[in-house]
Amino acid sequence: MEKIYSKQPNKNQNKFEPKVDTINFLLNYSKSLRVLKYKHLKFDTILN
Amino acid sequence: MKHELITDAKLISNYINGDESALEVLIEKHKQRIYSFIYSKVYDGDVADDIFQDTFIKVIKTLKRGAYNEEGKFLPWVMRIAHNLVIDFFRKNKRMPKFDNTGEFSIFSVLSDSTLNAEKTIIKAQIETDVRRLVDELPDDQREVLLMRIYKDMSFKEISERTGVSINTALGRMRYALINMRKIIEKHNIVLTD
Repeated sequence: MEKIYSKQPNKNQNKFEPKVDTINFLLNYSKSLRVLKYKHLKFDTILN
Repeated sequence: MKHELITDAKLISNYINGDESALEVLIEKHKQRIYSFIYSKVYDGDVADDIFQDTFIKVIKTLKRGAYNEEGKFLPWVMRIAHNLVIDFFRKNKRMPKFDNTGEFSIFSVLSDSTLNAEKTIIKAQIETDVRRLVDELPDDQREVLLMRIYKDMSFKEISERTGVSINTALGRMRYALINMRKIIEKHNIVLTD
């Protein structure tokens, strides 16, 4: 039987994208990260 | 569509000034290109995810520290970070012990060092010098093509444009350059291997 390739769902459509969890982690990480400046020094702090 | 209208520079500026949503826009805008780039190197979804995450952790830290130098090149900058992390991944992987399920574990798979020791470094330098001398023995037109192709990594199309000859002529000169080098090596019994 003839195959209609154009109607095949593209299963790999999301293959080349990071997971939603990864992006959520990054956004949460960004929100929790604070950089404290003391004189010439910079300290990273993660707020819970 | 709305994301396309805001420049990266503006988004970065907003993010540095405390607008966390700007980061989300930046990630959404570039995630596919960056992730595809990483995936094309590592061919593993989980590893690609890890490297993608590490890449943006570096991006976030740099931006929050105010260490980002805005020159309108956000994406190339992120790509470079990703590229470096991919290299780190392969380097680290090379040093990891590998178990091949044969039941035997060789300590040398852990201790092996891919960097050249002093002797090999000297031999390698000597070989490169010998090869360079051989190249210098070639006729000018052949030497020119060989240097452009091997040392400057130019395509034959670029070589033909640079030298003003056809691609076929450039190919022919390369071929004769290699033949002549082999002839010199055989004639003088030169050994180039270590």
